[in-house]
Amino acid sequence: MELLAIFISAILINNFVLHYFLGICPFLGVSKKLDSAISMGLAVTFVMTITAVVSWIINHWVLIPYKLEYLQIVSFILVIASLVQLVEMFIRKTSPPLYQALGIYLPLITTNCAIMGLALLAALKNYNFMETVVFGVGSGLGFTLAIVLMAGIRERLDLADVPEPLKGAGIALIVAGIMALGFFGFSGMIK
Amino acid sequence: MASKSLRQEFFKGVWDENPIFRQLLGMCPTLAVTNAVINGLAMGLATAFVLIFSSIVVAAIKKLIPSQVRIASYIVVIATFVTMADRFLAAFFPPISKSLGPYVPLIVVNCIILGRQEAFSSKNSVGRAFIDALGMSTGFIIALLILSSIREILGSGTWLGHQVLGSWFEPWIIMILPPGAFLTLGILLGLIMVIDRKLQRSV
Repeated sequence: MELLAIFISAILINNFVLHYFLGICPFLGVSKKLDSAISMGLAVTFVMTITAVVSWIINHWVLIPYKLEYLQIVSFILVIASLVQLVEMFIRKTSPPLYQALGIYLPLITTNCAIMGLALLAALKNYNFMETVVFGVGSGLGFTLAIVLMAGIRERLDLADVPEPLKGAGIALIVAGIMALGFFGFSGMIK
Repeated sequence: MASKSLRQEFFKGVWDENPIFRQLLGMCPTLAVTNAVINGLAMGLATAFVLIFSSIVVAAIKKLIPSQVRIASYIVVIATFVTMADRFLAAFFPPISKSLGPYVPLIVVNCIILGRQEAFSSKNSVGRAFIDALGMSTGFIIALLILSSIREILGSGTWLGHQVLGSWFEPWIIMILPPGAFLTLGILLGLIMVIDRKLQRSV
């Protein structure tokens, strides 16, 4: 039950993009086309799940026993950077079609603050192992949901008559604001 | 690039290449912590500290870093200063550190900082890198102050905790919640475009 609550709240209520403002760069940059948005969402979900597992292990088996919590920032960022490299090599060898689909988005994930945010938030909330994994998967799916919805809206926005100064990032941010407003409707679901 | 005077180097970060309004970099902290002026200011200063010192260090050691591992080296330098800023805030300003939460450690993935190292510090002298970092930080702090002032005044009727609007004012709660951040920044971007176009026409 507890796990289900974490899962749903990570997707809908504490959505990474619309509530924590993490991963705004890809959210604005890669949301112009629906299919690339889907690929980006999948890549992020994939890396987030693995990051959740690895960062939990590092935090609880290495940093906390040896009282090295102050190295959290350095170790998490290095782990994420090398992890993305590893995942990239692994996918290229084992599943070329998936590698093709993810393409350029995989290396870009290193600089995605959502991944780092996930590792830090999971450490901050003191989740146990299962909770961290569920939190990782849920957050990834939440990101995917937000970016796919955004891409759908922006594809339609191309045909709309947007005031000249707001074209591009301006209108995208306003749309995101209205989306965040909509997602507020979910906030009463879980206490 | 070398032909630019130090003055120009400084002011390009404030207006022409303002990291938030022009380059749209570092959006996560910008949107997340600007619900109150004090948070925006603390975030701006912490980011400025990290950016300035990382730029100096990177510019100083640029010849020692092999280009294959430069990104990783920059990240370690940045992460070191972020850890210092994080510990400092936690020790001396616990309430601010608490309200900024995970966003202080997240300075490490702020694209402004890594972007400046890659685009500027790694190619320029220590002095120039310092001026560039100073200009970018000023631009960042100004942007955060504008955004957080609008949100705090409309959202709670206060500025830096002082009541500025009378009791007749019904605070727009939405402004200090996440949707307010997106809406305010979106409209601000539009305004900046309008101002810029006016300026260009008058030149």
